[in-house]
Amino acid sequence: MSDHGTDLATTEHGDEPQFPLPPHHARLSDTDPRAAKAAEMQVAIMFGLSAVLTIAFVVVYFAFPTNHFLDLGPFGVVQTSNFLLGITFGLAVLLIGLGAIQWAKKLMADEEIIDERHPVGSPQADQDAAAALFQQGVDESGFVERKIVRRTLIGALALFPIPLVVLLKDMGPMPGDSLDHTIWHKGSRIVVDVTGKPIKPEDLDIGTLVAASPEDLDKVQEVEGNQNARAKASIILVRMRPDEIKSQQGENWDYEGILAFSKICTHVGCPIALYQQRTHALLCPCHQSTFDLSDSGKVVFGPAAREMPQLPITVDSDGYLVAQSDFQQPVGPSFWERS
Amino acid sequence: MTSSSVRRHRATGLVVLLAALVATGVGYAAVTGTAQAAAPAATQTQVDHGRQLFLEGCATCHGMGAQGTQEGPGLIGVGAAAVDFQVSTGRMPLSTPAQQAPRKAPVYNAEEVAALAAYVATLGPGPSIPTDSELSTNDADLATGGTLFRTNCAQCHNFAGRGGALSDGRYAPSLMNATPREIFEAMLTGPQNMPNFPNTTMGIQQKQDIIKYIEHLQTASAPGGLALGSYGPVTEGVAAWTLGLGLLLLAAVWIGAKVR
Amino acid sequence: MSVIVKEAGKAISRADERAPISSLAKANLRKIFPDHWSFMLGEIALYSFIILLLTGVYLTIWFKPSMNEVIYHGSYAPLEGIPMSQAYASALNISFDVRGGLLIRQIHHWAALFFMAAMIVHMFRIFFTGAFRKPREFNWVIGGSMVMIGLLEGFAGYSLPDDLLSGVGVRIVAGIIESVPVVGTYLMFFIFGGQYPGSDFIPRLYMVHILLMPAILLALVGLHLVLIFYHKHTQYPGAGRTNTNVVGYPLFPVYTAKAGGFFFVVFGIAGLMGGLVTINPIWAYGPYVPDQVTAGSQPDWYIGFLDGLLRAVPSGLETYWFGHTWSWNVFIPALVVPGILFTLLLGYPFLEAWVTGDTGEHHLLDRPRNNPTRTAIGVMAITFYGVLILNGANDIIAQAFSVSFNSVTWFTRVAIFVLPPLAFIATRRFCLGLQRRDRELLLHGRESGQILRLPHGEFIEVHTPISDVEKAKILGKVEYPVLEAPAETDENGVATPGLKGKKRRARWSRAYFGDSVAKPTPEEIAEAEHHMHELHDHEVHELEESGKSLPAHMD
Repeated sequence: MSDHGTDLATTEHGDEPQFPLPPHHARLSDTDPRAAKAAEMQVAIMFGLSAVLTIAFVVVYFAFPTNHFLDLGPFGVVQTSNFLLGITFGLAVLLIGLGAIQWAKKLMADEEIIDERHPVGSPQADQDAAAALFQQGVDESGFVERKIVRRTLIGALALFPIPLVVLLKDMGPMPGDSLDHTIWHKGSRIVVDVTGKPIKPEDLDIGTLVAASPEDLDKVQEVEGNQNARAKASIILVRMRPDEIKSQQGENWDYEGILAFSKICTHVGCPIALYQQRTHALLCPCHQSTFDLSDSGKVVFGPAAREMPQLPITVDSDGYLVAQSDFQQPVGPSFWERS
Repeated sequence: MTSSSVRRHRATGLVVLLAALVATGVGYAAVTGTAQAAAPAATQTQVDHGRQLFLEGCATCHGMGAQGTQEGPGLIGVGAAAVDFQVSTGRMPLSTPAQQAPRKAPVYNAEEVAALAAYVATLGPGPSIPTDSELSTNDADLATGGTLFRTNCAQCHNFAGRGGALSDGRYAPSLMNATPREIFEAMLTGPQNMPNFPNTTMGIQQKQDIIKYIEHLQTASAPGGLALGSYGPVTEGVAAWTLGLGLLLLAAVWIGAKVR
Repeated sequence: MSVIVKEAGKAISRADERAPISSLAKANLRKIFPDHWSFMLGEIALYSFIILLLTGVYLTIWFKPSMNEVIYHGSYAPLEGIPMSQAYASALNISFDVRGGLLIRQIHHWAALFFMAAMIVHMFRIFFTGAFRKPREFNWVIGGSMVMIGLLEGFAGYSLPDDLLSGVGVRIVAGIIESVPVVGTYLMFFIFGGQYPGSDFIPRLYMVHILLMPAILLALVGLHLVLIFYHKHTQYPGAGRTNTNVVGYPLFPVYTAKAGGFFFVVFGIAGLMGGLVTINPIWAYGPYVPDQVTAGSQPDWYIGFLDGLLRAVPSGLETYWFGHTWSWNVFIPALVVPGILFTLLLGYPFLEAWVTGDTGEHHLLDRPRNNPTRTAIGVMAITFYGVLILNGANDIIAQAFSVSFNSVTWFTRVAIFVLPPLAFIATRRFCLGLQRRDRELLLHGRESGQILRLPHGEFIEVHTPISDVEKAKILGKVEYPVLEAPAETDENGVATPGLKGKKRRARWSRAYFGDSVAKPTPEEIAEAEHHMHELHDHEVHELEESGKSLPAHMD
């Protein structure tokens, strides 16, 4: 085989096909004028119906407010406006299409036509001419001989995109060590999510799950104007019998069988609160990472690689559950700088 | 002939017994919470009937004294609410060993359920069956209920209460047929793998809010049309391919077809 | 009516004095396009894109791309008084307080699903018929790029309303970005304007969704269409069709009506689905809050295969080297694998051109059976993709079929390695079988079911010859030769340049085409025809002898 490959296309330009085009077969609407008339009527009815439906759309739009509902039984209780607007608009538009296609299929001339292809691309003569013209331009510009002009131009152009990149620098702050900390600190009171009620150990039974957060979270959220603190500080509290705790991430981080864990999955950050109390397994609904909360929150199934960070807790002088300190490892998904 | 110098009336013993009973009753009522004080007190016949039903239908797996066996957990301290939930929804008795007890046609009628609940309640203090006032949603707030539902329930039961998968073939069931009592009891007692939400961390008001929201989910309108089961993008993708692209491919075939 | 025509004619003449309107019309009005339903799949994608643009413009009139917190006071009672982002509130407003708003939102979202589905079906049609061969390789690259951009665009679109379901998806994307070695944290902070979630992401995503990606897509779509026009459409081999002609119908009026009509059909079906079937019920999901999530969290279907890939990864794939965390469990499935897949996808035409050594223009399509290795690769890709997309729904599958998602995940972990090679082998064999059948049909005709007894006692089955149209289809097959490796040295002992590459190519060529079924040569066809005539004469003779009447096909 030659180095330049071969042309495996089956025919050359101007070749006749091996088998000729079969003779044209007349449609019923070509030979029978009644069939043609019937086809005309079909198309006209479709277009006419479309027009009627379009008007119906306008009527429906003004007739039904958005808070009107239609009970369609097993189909559901639907917003009347949406339902009827969808039907009128959808059918109106569909019928235009069906009418046009039916017109083409039944009434427009359907003799197959043969057209010759032109060779794709530029003929060799054009390629040579273009190359010559280009060369002429290059010669006239002096780009090749005038080395210092050429080199400085390339240098300037190479540097030119840099401002476009540098201008993006203020898109965001540098991470610093912000991913290593949350707003939990020694003495942060733990409160129930949504209600904000502080928690005493006797409030939890064996098998209780509490979605919780630090007491000052709402204040922080208001000051910062975003949910960043919540996205890292959310925790869950679970209670099991102390003898069921196989291991913890630190000595005495629990309180009488009450354990506090981060609510943010260490895989890619979905919140987890799917606690299966009998097996002490915490399951993430996103990718099914499963953590054993009775065994230091270690991964027992799924793509996560790291244990669920545990928050050390204790009780303050008023008897309410508080954090002993911030988390001792970054919460949430892993990142490069995480040691 | 008595040796005491005090002459006692014939009815003294009876009076003392009555006084003791009254004192016990009052003392008991004072010690237990108001919620339980409002529940109808179980009669002894109910408890006896419950014990008999228990020995016949439950003791094989849960033990003669409800202390638990290899087959079933102990029921001491689970409370009347847990029994009411499990038995009235037909989950218990378990017909075949399984990862999880599914809801099915209840085996015991309401009176028998009440008896069983009353009996188990005597075995140890535990959550009692909610009263009508506890289940009332007259003061419940729908929007708060939604927020509470999404914070505490949706991660297992799905945003529309249609249920979800748990590990090893277990599942959080659909809430579409749950009654307010069942919902309250489930939150309170944490059946099987569901954690519990005692009134101390999720108060009765919050439970009522959630019940109101779940009732809304059960009757919710589907403004956009067919809800496709409320499972999210999976069913929408199936619909886009089968219904949408299916119709479009049919149209394409029709357009390209030869006309007679 | 004639007044309109006259005025139009005058307007066109005036335009013609300024731009070559009539010259363009002359060249293109009667351009011929071949007719086959499988040529309309790209149109579905194109029309879906136009629908997205139209409905998208409507949505921008009411949508507010801001993460500022507002308290909801709209028509939807279950969210009354709830704090939420302005983006979410405006999406609720469109759904419940703007007439037709819900319809436009739903049409927009359905059209997006159709857009991705149609592009993929179209892409596979191009692949299986070899329409990406010269001169259309660049169009293939453009198309593949549009699929990639479509993925990003769709993700951006469904994340804009800032609802709970899509918000969790955004969190996942942030986590994926964080997993990139060396620069991941910086990238995440730059894109989100700080820690997650910040308040910049939705407005930035909005710009990407309505400006950047649509502009790129419009340019690519335009280029794609121009090339199709210039190259003229490919056609299947058949009677009257050669590699150098196009047989079909003219653009005006037939294709104007058919293709234009099809646009209305696509729009109509999208409209009907927008009114009849709920999609993306953001009101039910609730506003995005970083500590809430729903069971059964999935992205839109076209991202499903990536979700499935993430779910299939086994536990613990993270290393701590040189004081840094390397998150292989996220980085590989979310970024490396799709990167490899798309590179293979975009590069395939060039790979195949190298294997075949083919430099000719191809305007006649391959029937999939005639390139068994290519077809098998395509089926293998579909199998791989299918297993992953199913795993993306493993919890829904677990719920629907009462199985454990742990089992589904384990099945996937094995199946992605086992099923694709099996699919490859099975498909190849099937294609070769079809090729053998084609050869049989061409040479010996179709079995008619009639049994004939020859004079010397042999029983044979009568075969009827196939029609010319069918013959043309079978003979349109391109014979891909098996390339041999050149000699180690030439006659003067000089080593052949690029020997290693050529040997490698010869191996690939043999793998691709080594067991191809040969197309019957003209001599073989003539001989077979002669044989059939002999048999035919025999039949006639037999029947005349026995006094029976000739069956119809024998006259």
